[in-house]
Amino acid sequence: MNPFSTHAQRSLRGVIWMAVAVMVAAGGLAAASLLPEGNPLHASAFVVSLAGKYLSYAMLALAVDLVWGFAGILTLGHAAFFALGGYAMGMYLMREIGARGVYGNAELPDFMIFLSWKSLPWYWWGSEHFAWAAVLVVAVPGLLAGVFGWLAFRSRVSGVYLSIITQALTYALMLAFFQNGLGFGGNNGLTDFKDILGADLHAPLTRAVLLVVTGVLLAASLLAARFVVGSRFGNLLVAVRDAESRTRFLGYRPEQAKLLVWVFSAMIAGLGGALYVTQVGIINPGEFAPANSIESVIWVAVGGRGTLCGAVLGAILVNLGKTLFTAWLPEFWLYGLGLLFICTTLFLPNGLMGLWRHVRKPPPEEVTPEVADTQGDEA
Amino acid sequence: MRKARTTCLLAALWLGAMLLPGHSARADAFADLASPQFGVVTAAISTLATSDDPQAGAALQALGERSLFAAPDGSVYIRHGENYVEARTGQPQVSVPEGLKPIRLNNRIRTALAGVQAGRDLLAPQPATRLRAADALYARHDPAMLPVVEHALAVEKDAAVRTRLAEVRAATILGQPPAPDALASRLEAVRALGAVGGAQARGILAGVAGSDAEAPAVRREAQAAVSRIDWHLRAWGVAQNAFYGLSYGSVLLLAATGLAITFGVMGVINMAHGEMMMIGAYVTWMVQQAIRASVPALEPVAILVAIPVAFVVCGALGILIERGLIRFLYGRPLETLLATWGLSLILQQAVRSIFGPTNIAVQTPGWLSGSVAVGGMDITLNRLAILVFAGLVLGGLMLVLRRTPLGLQMRAVTQNRRMAALMGIRTPRVDALAFGLGAGLAGLAGVAVSQIDNVSPNLGQSYIIDSFMVVVFGGVGNLWGTLAAALALGMGGKVLEPTIGAVSAKIAILVLVILYIQRHPRGMFPVRGRGVES
Repeated sequence: MNPFSTHAQRSLRGVIWMAVAVMVAAGGLAAASLLPEGNPLHASAFVVSLAGKYLSYAMLALAVDLVWGFAGILTLGHAAFFALGGYAMGMYLMREIGARGVYGNAELPDFMIFLSWKSLPWYWWGSEHFAWAAVLVVAVPGLLAGVFGWLAFRSRVSGVYLSIITQALTYALMLAFFQNGLGFGGNNGLTDFKDILGADLHAPLTRAVLLVVTGVLLAASLLAARFVVGSRFGNLLVAVRDAESRTRFLGYRPEQAKLLVWVFSAMIAGLGGALYVTQVGIINPGEFAPANSIESVIWVAVGGRGTLCGAVLGAILVNLGKTLFTAWLPEFWLYGLGLLFICTTLFLPNGLMGLWRHVRKPPPEEVTPEVADTQGDEA
Repeated sequence: MRKARTTCLLAALWLGAMLLPGHSARADAFADLASPQFGVVTAAISTLATSDDPQAGAALQALGERSLFAAPDGSVYIRHGENYVEARTGQPQVSVPEGLKPIRLNNRIRTALAGVQAGRDLLAPQPATRLRAADALYARHDPAMLPVVEHALAVEKDAAVRTRLAEVRAATILGQPPAPDALASRLEAVRALGAVGGAQARGILAGVAGSDAEAPAVRREAQAAVSRIDWHLRAWGVAQNAFYGLSYGSVLLLAATGLAITFGVMGVINMAHGEMMMIGAYVTWMVQQAIRASVPALEPVAILVAIPVAFVVCGALGILIERGLIRFLYGRPLETLLATWGLSLILQQAVRSIFGPTNIAVQTPGWLSGSVAVGGMDITLNRLAILVFAGLVLGGLMLVLRRTPLGLQMRAVTQNRRMAALMGIRTPRVDALAFGLGAGLAGLAGVAVSQIDNVSPNLGQSYIIDSFMVVVFGGVGNLWGTLAAALALGMGGKVLEPTIGAVSAKIAILVLVILYIQRHPRGMFPVRGRGVES
């Protein structure tokens, strides 16, 4: 058994610290953005939306860590759930535009008029209500994950096979959402949002509030995830990860445990996507690209797989690095990202959190990776 | 309508002029070309067209190319670059009169010229030219040309051209408005066109079948002919789609065999496999450039030289990757997947930095371009060549796996790694060679793909997911499974494409494979035995 994940299960303190840190950072940045322009501590709208983006990505990373770190499912398609949550929120934001669109139609979004649609398709019904959108944000990814997971885990698809078909899933969704006929704006996706719940999306106060809400929801998800993996159910998950067959022979139902955590994780990802859309202001089919999903896995790997806090940390650090890198040396970012993948897997199997723990207290000798590896069909 | 009338008038004039003995108006015809009245010009054109004056053709051609000039005194000159030739005599002119003006064209004159051209070509001495002219007239099936066609049919000797002209005549007859006294000829024309088949004949016949002015017997006959043609077109359409499917399947096969071998032997998915293909395509380009620079005579076979070079380059790179990266990640297939993904990003960016982000132009040699028509379908030669190449590669791979010591060892490691190691097989060496073989095969796929697809740093990305699908669909460690899966996915996509569109077909295939994997988690041809579940 991986020593670090058990540590994460035991140490509630670290997770609480991380949750508080996230909230304080989000709150501080939000407050700074409300200071007058001239103030040296003033945070620009760009910085606020960037921070909102990082925190949304952190939720996606948290979702990936839940299934990869604790149930051993390497997902290469989690961005699909993220994007679906984003589209669910985007539908509501599109309807909020109302008659202020280019064509001035109160009922239909601009792109539908452009494609000469006469009425809203059935799946857009109710999208003008925020509450319904909030339900869809978690329900749609949860439902898709439920159906996909039920089929996959029941027939014991695992390991590399599962990774590949999750990738195929997000690829198929990307192709589908690129089509105009699907009713989600095709290539351009959903954008040009005006306001949310009557508040102007471009106003500094709205942005500040959204950032705080994102911080709070990320902290809450972190604690919820910690609660799940710290419970008896969490123990079962780790057992499934390390020795699925053995757990099954002991009388447990690994497929049910995997399905539960898979659906829960998809919902967190969907929530992250919804928060992402409100702050970035656009959602398009590019978010489904398989490369995005794989990138979210590397955030987790960099931070430390199976640590929860590491996922949040990794997402923020890698994306910060990406922002800085693409501004200074745009052509070298892919080299950097590629090296990050290679070096993390080769030299930092437990990520930054593992490094931190190693510095503080070297792991006990008897638990070596080989012991864990001989057990199951997973890595 | 006006155009048709003009042509009609012209054809009648032309035929009339042709049947008249002697060409009295010829002397003035050249001067008439410069007339401001377009009616006079068209008459002059038809006069010249039927004359046996050797200069007439050159003058008409010059008129069409806007290089015919008129002087104020009525003489006409053809301009060749800087020099002028007197149109009537063909004499080169040292000095030309002042005030030369190009003769203007309008649509009426252009139509007249085109009709004259087709009519002239129908009587040309070469059968090939006559056949081409008949094809052009068949596509136009202009009723005004009927007298011209019938005249040509009367004097034609060549059997092939006669057949074609008869078809043209049938199409032209049906192009005329129906007349009560023409029932027999129209029925015959419908039968003739029905026997020809093809989309064009179908269009004419469908028009006849749907026309209220037509006699019922003719309409019935036309309807029957249309359904016969439809059946033929559908059958050939299916065959054409099957060829496309087979072709795409062969590309998938090339792309997936290497992936399947590394996955089978080592249990790792090489996410940089697509980039190996991309490098293979770039190697093809470099080989072509090198051969063009050094031995231009060998340029047509540069692609054949590129095959072994790409295999060796990619294979060596593969062994390097295995020794430098993969072997440190033993027993952690998911981490290997991430590391090779990182590697693929680096390779993409490296190629982008060296060769630029845009497409490079890999040449397709002459013997690989073009297509052959087989019945109602088109077989493009480059796709046919890839089909054959994929077959050869698969055959060669079978030989390596079944007849060489390395193949034996690879199969042993695939079936049971620990047992193979206990029998004295050096599994690390087998891993390195298997990875190199897989990468080399990707290089071969790259050579093939460079002939049909854009070669850019993103080339690998567009094939990698489909290749994964083939590998998981077919099951690992079994080349027959890979073959079956590649052909099934290639054919399946192309069969669905006409009904639901290309993108939807792709989505449908992905969803079907995902569902299939749920039923058969180890693919169509899983490896069975004790070693599998360990």
